[in-house]
Amino acid sequence: MTAAVELLDVVKTYEGPPPVQALDGVTLRIEHGELAAVVGPSGSGKSTMLHVMGTLDRPTSGRVLIDGHEVSSLGDRRLSAVRSQLIGFVFQQFFLVDGATAIDNVANGLLYRGVAPAERRQRAAEALIAVGLGHRLTHLPNQLSGGERQRVAFARAIVNRPAIVLADEPTGNLDSNASDAILDLIRQLNEAGSTIVVITHDREVAGSLPRQIAVRDGRIDHDAATRVAAVER
Amino acid sequence: MTATAAGSGRRRTPERLGPSRLRPGDVVAVGASGLTTRKTRTVLSALGIALGIAAMVGVLGISESSRADLRDQITALGTNLLTVTPTGGFGGGDGALPAEAQAKVSRIGPVERVADVVELDVAVLRNDLVNENETGGITAMAAHLDLLTTLNGELAFGSWLTEASAAVPTVVLGSVAAERLGVIEVDQGMMLLIGGEWFTVIGVLEPFPLAPDLDRGALVGQPIAESLVVGAAAAETSSVDTSLEAPVGELSPSAIYLRTDPSQIDAVRGVLGSTVDPQSPDEVSISRPSELLEAQEATESAFTNLFLGLGAVSLLVGGVGIANVMVIAVIERRNEIGLRRALGATRPHIRRQFLTEALLLSALGGAAGVAIGVAVTALYAGSQGWRIVVPPLAMIGGFGAALAIGAVAGLYPAMRAAGLAPTEALRSS
Ligand SMILES: Nc1ncnc2c1ncn2[C@@H]1O[C@H](COP(=O)(O)OP(=O)(O)OP(=O)(O)O)[C@@H](O)[C@H]1O
Ligand SMILES: [Mg+2]
Repeated sequence: MTAAVELLDVVKTYEGPPPVQALDGVTLRIEHGELAAVVGPSGSGKSTMLHVMGTLDRPTSGRVLIDGHEVSSLGDRRLSAVRSQLIGFVFQQFFLVDGATAIDNVANGLLYRGVAPAERRQRAAEALIAVGLGHRLTHLPNQLSGGERQRVAFARAIVNRPAIVLADEPTGNLDSNASDAILDLIRQLNEAGSTIVVITHDREVAGSLPRQIAVRDGRIDHDAATRVAAVER
Repeated sequence: MTATAAGSGRRRTPERLGPSRLRPGDVVAVGASGLTTRKTRTVLSALGIALGIAAMVGVLGISESSRADLRDQITALGTNLLTVTPTGGFGGGDGALPAEAQAKVSRIGPVERVADVVELDVAVLRNDLVNENETGGITAMAAHLDLLTTLNGELAFGSWLTEASAAVPTVVLGSVAAERLGVIEVDQGMMLLIGGEWFTVIGVLEPFPLAPDLDRGALVGQPIAESLVVGAAAAETSSVDTSLEAPVGELSPSAIYLRTDPSQIDAVRGVLGSTVDPQSPDEVSISRPSELLEAQEATESAFTNLFLGLGAVSLLVGGVGIANVMVIAVIERRNEIGLRRALGATRPHIRRQFLTEALLLSALGGAAGVAIGVAVTALYAGSQGWRIVVPPLAMIGGFGAALAIGAVAGLYPAMRAAGLAPTEALRSS
C-alpha cells in the first residue's frame, strides 16, 4: 500500500560554513488521510523536514516517496508537477501577492495547472466561501486581518484539492481566535479525506491532533502515532 | 482526474503526473502583474528606452521627410534640364557663349525647349539718387520668352514677359532681387532705373531651385536689352575693341537652359559642346542641375548621425536601467518566486515570467518612443511645410530594438530568478 509520505533514513546537511546537519537519519511514514502535528524546539529541523516532504528541497541522502513517487529520480520539471498536483502549502508568513485581490491570490493555486482563467476564478471563489471569506473576494491583502490573510492562503493551498497539505506554523502569527478558525479548517479538510502535516509550537494544539511527531536535533525523538481509520469514499 | 488520492491509498504504482502547465496568456498576465503593482518604477524605467527610441525615430523621420520634400521638388522640376555655361579660367574667353548658340541648340532633335539669358553689364537702381555701386548684387539680364516654361518656373505675382512687353521697358524680378528691392506688389507701378532707363516692374518670380543665379536677376526682354547695350556702347566709345567676339547689338548668352527628351539626355549632353562652340567645345560647361539636388538627397547630415548616436547611447542607458530594475525586482520578490515554485511553477516558468516582464517593460518604452518620435517628426515637418514621412523600417526597427534590449537586459535577472532554490526563496527576508 502506498503511503502519502514516506521518508527513509533521510539526512539533510546544509553546506556551511559551518555545515549544519539539519536532518540526521529520519525515517517516517504518513498514511493517506492522516492528520499529524510536528513539534520540537527551534532549530530542531521541523521546517527542513517539511520542505523535504514537499519536494521543495532534496535530501543529502536517504529516500523520499510522495504518494509513491521517488523524489530522487525526478527532475525539476517532474517535481514541480508533484507540487502542483499533489501538495498544498500553508506558510507562517502567508506569502500573498500584495497587488492581487483575495480571489486572484487563491486562483494562483491553479495557475500552473493550465486551468483557464474563468474556471480558476470560479473555483477560487468557491474555496474562499469554503474558508468563510465569501464576503472578502475582492479585498487586497492589506485590507484583510492576519487571520483572514491566512484563510486566503489556506484557500489557495486547497483550491486544487491536493492529496497532501503541509502547513509550517500556520497559526504562528495569529491570535487564539484566528488560530482556532484555522485549526477548524484543518480538521474539516482532514475529515474530507486530505492528508495533513502541521508544524506547531503550541503543545495544546499538537495534543488535540491524532498524531504527534516530536523532532529533536534532526531526529525523530518521539512519535505518538495514533492510527486513524482511513476515510473511504 | 478520478477522485482525489485522499483516503484511497491502494494503488501499487504511482499515477503518472502530467507536467505543470502555464498558459501563454497567463505568461503575459503574470509578467504584466509585476509592472502594474509598481507603476512609478515601470514608467520611469520605460522612459529611458522611450527617449532613445524617440530620438532615433524622430531623427530618421525628420531626415526622411526632408528628403521626401527634396524628391518632390526634383520630380516637380524634372530631371531633363541641362544648363550650358561658358567655362571660366585660362583661355576661358570673355565668359560668354557664341551669339548664335541658342538657335543651334534648338536644332538638336531631342531638345524640346531652349531659353537663354544674357547678363547685362548695367546697373539696376531703385532711383537716380542711389549710388551705382550699391546695386545689392542684382544683375540685369535679358531673358528669352521661353525661360519660364523651360525652367518650370512660377510667378509669385504679376505677369511674365510677352512679345509686346519684351520690346518696351518692363522688368520681371527674381525672388531675391525682389526682396532686396523691397518689391511686394506690382499694382503701384514701381519703376527701376536699369542702364539709365526707367523700367516698370510687371512681375516677381518664385525661386528657381534648378537655376538659383536667376533669383538675383532683373529680367528684361531681349529686344529692349539690345537697344540698352547699343546705347551704352555708343556712350562709351573707348570700349569698341571688344567688338571682335561680340559685335555691338548682338547679345552673347551667359547661360542656355534646355529641356530634352528624358531618354536622350546623355546623347544630347554628348553633342552640346561641339554644337554650341565648334571651335573650342571645352570652353563650354554643361551641367544637369537636378543631379545636385539628387546628391543633396543622398547625403546624410552630420546632425542625423549625431542624434542617432545619442539615441543609441540613451537606448543603452535605458537597457542598463531595465536590467537594474529587474535585478532589484528579483531580489525584492524572492518570496513570490518561492511561493510560485511551491505552487508548481517550473524553473522555465519563472524565467519566462521575468523575461516577459522585461520585454513588456521595453515594449512599453519602445511603443511610447515610436509615438514620441512620430509626433516630433510631425511637428517639425509640419513647421517646415514638408510632407510627414516616417520610414516604416524606423518604426519597426525602433520597436524591435527596444524588444531586443529588453530581452538582453531581462535575461540575466530572469536566469537568476529561475536559479533560486525554492527553500532559499521562501526564507523570510
Ligand atoms: N539554508 C540553510 N543554510 C544553513 N543552515 C540552515 C539553513 N536552513 C536551516 N538551517 C539550519 O538547520 C537547522 C534546522 O533548521 P529548521 O529551519 O529546519 O528548524 P525549525 O525546526 O524549523 O526551527 P523553527 O522552529 O525556529 O522554525 C537550524 O540549525 C538552522 O540554522
Ligand atoms: Mg521552521
